[in-house]
Amino acid sequence: MAAVSLNNVVKKFGSLPVVHGASLEIADGEFVVFVGPSGCGKSTLLRMIAGLEDITDGEIVIGGKVVNDVEPAERGIAMVFQSYALYPHMTVEQNLSFGLRMTGNDKADTQRRVSRAADILRISELMQRRPRQLSGGQRQRVAIGRAIVRNPQVFLFDEPLSNLDAELRVQMRVEIARLHKELGVTMIYVTHDQTEAMTLADKIVVLRAGNIEQIGRPLDLYYDPDNQFVAGFVGSPKMNFIRGHVVERNDKGVILELAGEDGTRLAQPLTGPAPELGSHVTVGVRPEHFGDAGKGDADLTVSVDVVEHLGGTSFVYAATAAGEELVIQRDAATAADAAEITVSIRKSYLFDEKGLRLR
Amino acid sequence: MRSKSSAERRRGIALHAALFPLALIWLFPLWMMFVFSTLPENGIFSRDIILTPSDQFVENFNLLESDTGFIRATTISILVAAAYTVLSVALTSMAGWSLACYRFAGKGVVLATILGTLTLPYFVVVIPQFIMVARDFGLHNTLFALIVPPLFNSLGVLFMRQTFSMMPHELFDAARVEGVKEWRIFLFIGLPLARPAVAALSIILFLHSWNNYLWPLLINSKPAMMTAPVALGSLIGLTKVSWGGIMTGAVMLTAPMLVLFVALQRHFVAGISAGAVK
Repeated sequence: MAAVSLNNVVKKFGSLPVVHGASLEIADGEFVVFVGPSGCGKSTLLRMIAGLEDITDGEIVIGGKVVNDVEPAERGIAMVFQSYALYPHMTVEQNLSFGLRMTGNDKADTQRRVSRAADILRISELMQRRPRQLSGGQRQRVAIGRAIVRNPQVFLFDEPLSNLDAELRVQMRVEIARLHKELGVTMIYVTHDQTEAMTLADKIVVLRAGNIEQIGRPLDLYYDPDNQFVAGFVGSPKMNFIRGHVVERNDKGVILELAGEDGTRLAQPLTGPAPELGSHVTVGVRPEHFGDAGKGDADLTVSVDVVEHLGGTSFVYAATAAGEELVIQRDAATAADAAEITVSIRKSYLFDEKGLRLR
Repeated sequence: MRSKSSAERRRGIALHAALFPLALIWLFPLWMMFVFSTLPENGIFSRDIILTPSDQFVENFNLLESDTGFIRATTISILVAAAYTVLSVALTSMAGWSLACYRFAGKGVVLATILGTLTLPYFVVVIPQFIMVARDFGLHNTLFALIVPPLFNSLGVLFMRQTFSMMPHELFDAARVEGVKEWRIFLFIGLPLARPAVAALSIILFLHSWNNYLWPLLINSKPAMMTAPVALGSLIGLTKVSWGGIMTGAVMLTAPMLVLFVALQRHFVAGISAGAVK
């Protein structure tokens, strides 16, 4: 087990920067998830920790040792790849033992480690099969098994569930969480699926265009995002954004007028600096935080487009008078053409023109 | 299985009707080669065209052996072709692997140079190569001279590079993370996965060496070092051409290759068409 530190890590491909100075502390035994849209640099960051990509600048420390120039195998890590990367011409057993055999590990020890991994992942009966004879979930288990036999200090997962169907993905997600609990080792997990991030992580690192946008516990990111990007990325369905502008400033905060809602004003208390009079701002409201008209601080009339009934809850897809599309969560909803909803100050977020949170 | 519709059947019959005469045209010279190898000299030049084999094959072969030492020449050919194939497959695979899997300075230049050599006609290369090997290194009349100079095969390098490029590189990364050395990744993961391509390349290279006439003719002047095609060529004299012997030798050189090709056809097609469809 080991802690991992990234100190101002930079990666450039030629002259193209893809990671701009990432700094991060991962505690021993922690489950950290890198999440972000495609091309944000999360996989590159993971590959740099693995040693599969050189770093252009900065420092990577694993278990108290700077590993910038250390070979992948010497870093005490094991990696599970998106495509499983199982050797197709070898049996499951040979796949599990390949690395140990090739590095001259003792035969009996190799056998012991392979059996232990097979027991943990319940794949003992598959040992003589080849990867093509396995289902997606079984292949994923073997790929994880290949990581386990190395007894790594840090597990690295690169979007391991993205090739699985929805049902299997949930099942494997639980398996990975169980594995983390059982082994207690540091795990770094890359995904673009925020549900995986929310359910698995002790700590989430949200990335965008090579920058770390926010680091925090899942619910902290959900309830206290630093900027509009994080607010929009974390949570499903995503947070709704309603444009507005500042019509009044006072020592308690600002009063906003929402776009397309003449006369509908929202008084937003702020403890920090308030935006300029007339400046454009965005109000963020989570789907479940819209209330019934008259029970909040600003009522909106929206035209309903589609209603999705999921049994326990319903999602109403609607649009404001200004044409902003909203998703509203309701316990029960009817497909009315128009609905009255309300926004509460306590359950909304304010972002400035640059997308930064105003508190 | 779905039974064939009558339209499909008609199309099949039409296709065969068109292909059958073409196959006959292609096979006819091969058949005549076999027929001539069984005829006495006067039979080959008789006024009537003889289309059926006779019984002179063994006599023709004995004549061929006494004139050229054909068995020895064939043995040398087999040795040279086998060694050439093994070494050339190893060399081209390693070169293809490095071009597909590693980033290094000047990679583009190396690749362009290899590609560029494909545009050079063989006859432009063969004379300087002959001067270098025979005059400068003094290696004429050796097995080394037969095997080594033609070893580097640009097409083979590009073919293997393409094969390795199409493999998911996460497989190799997975092995690297496990601490497997690069040459072992090549040997135990890259090469086994490239088996169809290696089989196809082996056939091409073996045939290339087996049929090579010009280089062995130039580099070896001693009859004891003749390869089989050169031995056959030696039957064409200024005053006499031993057609019976040539045809017998041609049958003996062609037949094993046909058998080899048919036996490995599946690999050959798989290797050549690998990556054509997902």
